[in-house]
Order: sequence, then C-alpha cells, then structure tokens
Amino acid sequence: MGQEPKGKSDSVANIQSPPPKPTTSPPLSKKESESPPFEKEYISKIVSQFGEDKIRVAYIRPLRTKITVDSSYIIEIATFIRDNLGFDHAESVTGTDYPKDNQIEVIYQLGSYSKEDIAAHVLSLATRTNRDDARLPTLTNVFKSAEYHERETFEMLGVYFEGHPRNDRFLLPEDWADLPPLRKDFRIRGR
Amino acid sequence: MAKNVEHQFDESEKLGLQIVRESEDERLMTLSVGPQHPGSGHFRFIVTVDGDYIVHCDPDPGYVHRGEEKMCEYRNFIQNIPHLERPVIHDSANITYSYSLAVEELVGIEVPRRGQFIRALASELDRQIYTLYWLAIYGIFLGHSTMFMWPTGDRELFIDLMDALTGARVTHAFNIPGGVRNDIPYGFKDKCLRHIAYFEKRLKEYEDIFYNNPLFSQRTEGVGILSKEDAIRLGVTGSVLRASGVPYDIRRAEPYDVYNEIDFKVQYMKSGDSFARAYVPLLDMKESCNIMRQILDKMPDSGEVRAKLQPTPKGPPGEVYRRVESGRGALGYYIVSDGTPKPYRVKISVGSFRNMIALPHLLVGSKLGDMPSVYWSLNYWPVEADR
Repeated sequence: MGQEPKGKSDSVANIQSPPPKPTTSPPLSKKESESPPFEKEYISKIVSQFGEDKIRVAYIRPLRTKITVDSSYIIEIATFIRDNLGFDHAESVTGTDYPKDNQIEVIYQLGSYSKEDIAAHVLSLATRTNRDDARLPTLTNVFKSAEYHERETFEMLGVYFEGHPRNDRFLLPEDWADLPPLRKDFRIRGR
Repeated sequence: MAKNVEHQFDESEKLGLQIVRESEDERLMTLSVGPQHPGSGHFRFIVTVDGDYIVHCDPDPGYVHRGEEKMCEYRNFIQNIPHLERPVIHDSANITYSYSLAVEELVGIEVPRRGQFIRALASELDRQIYTLYWLAIYGIFLGHSTMFMWPTGDRELFIDLMDALTGARVTHAFNIPGGVRNDIPYGFKDKCLRHIAYFEKRLKEYEDIFYNNPLFSQRTEGVGILSKEDAIRLGVTGSVLRASGVPYDIRRAEPYDVYNEIDFKVQYMKSGDSFARAYVPLLDMKESCNIMRQILDKMPDSGEVRAKLQPTPKGPPGEVYRRVESGRGALGYYIVSDGTPKPYRVKISVGSFRNMIALPHLLVGSKLGDMPSVYWSLNYWPVEADR
C-alpha cells in the first residue's frame, strides 16, 4: 500500500537535477577522524587540565565523546567534568568484560540537564580495572545518580566500588552464588 | 579517595539510616511493600515506619529480571528485536526504536524518509498506550475506579490503530533496524485522525473527573516534592524531571529521525509534587496528539519504508550510544560491537531504573499514606527497570 507507479508525477524535476545517489552513512572510523569542533573544545579543556598522559581520548564524534582515564584519579577528573563542564548526571554506568586483556571496562555515560548547549551531548568517562581483583573508587559522591547503576555493575560484573554505600545484591536473587552473570565466562546453559 | 569531594548524601537519608541502626526502639516497624502488593507491580520496597512516618526506604527490584543484556550477546542484531521489547510491552515501539537507531549507526544504514515518519508515528501511538495504562493504574492506586476504567477503555483506540498498523495489539516488533516492518494500511490515516479527535475530547473529561477532583488534588498536591536541584542531581528522567521544572526531552534535546521537523512544546511544570508528575503525562498526551497530526500531514505519500539489510548485518568494531524519549523518559542503548553479527555487549539504560533512586529520596520523611501517590507518580515500570 501507499506505493504509486513510478515516474508518474515528478519527472520534470528529475530531468533538471538527477536524483542524488543514496549516500550510505560513513563507517564509524571515518566519523572519528572528523572530530567536530565543539566536542573537541571541551575534551581539550580536560586534557589541558590534567595532562595528556592521564587522559586518553578514545573518540570524538558528533555529540558523543569518550575518554579513558586511570582509576586512581577518576574522582578528580569526574569532579572537574561536573564543576567546570556542566555534565551534571550519570545516565548509565556500563561494565564490559574483556577476558582477552584480563580487564573490565566501566563506562559512565554523563549527560547534562542544566546546560542547554550540551543537552544533546554524552560524555563517556571510561576506566579499566584488573579482572581478577576488580576494584574501582566509587563516583557516588560526585554523581549521586550513579549509585544504583554502580550497584548493578557490582553484581553483574563483580566490580567492587570502594566507598559505595552498598555493594550488595540488587537485581539478582539473594542466594545467587554463581559468577557475576555479565562476565564472559558465565555461559547461558544450552547455548 | 580524593579530599576535595564533597559528600552529597541527603540529611534525611542519613537520618533514616541512623534510626534503623538504633532499631532496638520498639516504635519502629519494618514493612515489606510488595512484591505481592496489588499495586506495586513486581517490585518490593522495604519501608521502616515510625508511627505514620517513613524513616527509611530500601527499594528491592529484580523480581522480573530476565537478563535481557546477557541474552543479547547470544543472538544477532535482528534476532534481538523480539525479546528486547518484552521489558515494556505497552511501549514496545520505543524500546526497539533506540535499539534500531543504535544498530543503524553501527552498521551504517540510512532509513528511507517515509519509514522514519511511520516509526515516529508508531512510537507516538505506543507512548499514548503506555501513558494511558499508567494513568489507569494511578487512578486505581488512589481509589478512583472511574479513572481506571476510562483510560483502559480509551487505550483501545490506540491499540486498534497499532493492531491495524502492525498486526499485533502489543509487542509488535515493528520498529526495526532499517525502518519499519511494513507500510501503513489503506485508510489508516483517516482512522488515525478520527481517533485522535475523539481522544482529545476525552482528555478534557479526564481533567474534569480526575485532575480537578478535590480528592485527587488533596492526595497529590504538595506531596513528595522533588526540587529542581535534586531532580538534576539524582538524574531522574522523563515526566518526573519535567514536573520538577527542567524542560528536557530527548525529542527536543537531541532530535532523532524526523523530530527536528515537527513543531511541539516540551511540557513541564515547576511545582515538582505528585500532582505535577501526574499532570505532565496528560500534557504530554495532548502534545503527542499534535505531533501525530503533524507526522500524518508531513509524511510523504509514497516511497520505501525500510532499507534493505543483509540477513545478518554487522558493523565494524566500535561502540554507539543512542537514545530516544520513551513514555518513561530517556531510553538509551549502549552497544559494543566486535565486528561479528552478534553484539559484544548491550546495555539498556531505561528511565524506570533511573527514576527508582527518587523513591527513597521522596518517601523518607513522608507519611505512609502518601506512599501510593508518590510511588506511582514516579512513572516506574518494574519490568523495564529489571530488564
């Protein structure tokens, strides 16, 4: 339904200007190379504050940026981002297991409600920890909104957040005694 | 830990925790609200009361946790659609919408223009279905059984439309990577406009019987006030955020698909109480009718509705984070791909989970009798929060 026979009405326009080729959107790697100016500006603020050796810029895409930092100064950097750049809440906290590197990456997706010019932006603040003894300092005191997300990350990936009010069961059953389920070595039975 | 970090825990929470620690005092009583409570949904929160006042509240979700994120890692990008809409079956168009946006960005697909309009329409219809269901439950929570019946009945208007559009009343699997599953049927536009016109009349009646009802306003006005600063600090989203005076809507903040061509107002209120949290969804529904009319008006008459995809689409290694405005606020998908047809990691960041943190914040210090009006005003959907 809704289909009309082709070439019926808009043939005149077609002669004057040939229809543009359907542009396939560029792959991710190409987008990264462009680095939009506004995003670059606030990332460079962080880099200039803490030095290039502490901040590794993973990507700068339109509206999305990601920096990877060492866990020992993540609190200072998060506080700087909150106070100076205006990212005021954590939208989500995601842990990803990388058994090949023997590491777990924890990402804080930070957004802003109070500053209109960065309302569409999401700054991902990532850090990595050793898989065997996964411990990270909590960002609950910087972003209160991260509290339940961190608690979920604790039980799903076994990352202990030092200083978190409750590293405790949340979504899983109280008697859960298996591996943290979102680690890659936890397999769903039969698959 | 760094020294310059200020502690931002509330005084009330500290107080609550302290009292529980000294709970030898027989005055305190701990109650478990849910998961069998008819109103709580599949959700429990443990409240400690001192007489009539709540001194401590501890949410305990997880009764309907299904491991959606883990399941995603075992299926390819297309196979993931049907189970991803399970967490919120009334709003399944929105929960698959942001997934589709994320997969499209990852794989690099351009959606045809007509397809963009149709899936925006489907998501608006589902937003109405969800909000009406939520409103009906809110009515029965406050003992207003008419308000349970009316939205449940009027919900059928939109369910009929979705049925005609997709072939299923709920869980349509309609918004998919690349566009929508099928084109709109014959006569759908007129039917849609007719239903919207009828529904707008009904919205006025809702206001008369429910929102202007002194029983309702007494139970909600000035109850559970969430200040603007706290709303931002706790990172709540959706109608809860907008009721506290922050005009933030993903459709406006970060327009996706065709929303930058549509003229609409972000509805918000400043009082931040339960009444505002109940009234903002009504304003949203009104605005949504306006949006749907514009979508139907601006939709191209013909064209493709879906971009061709490979049987098992895959993108380059990388990660994407996309979000849409669902019935419960921002709904984001964070997808990590390792270059295979299956995602390496999928994180669903849902509005319900983010709004849960406001529950202990609001309940501590309020009366137990205010619990239903505060709890359900948070637009909390337990199944979605558990995933």
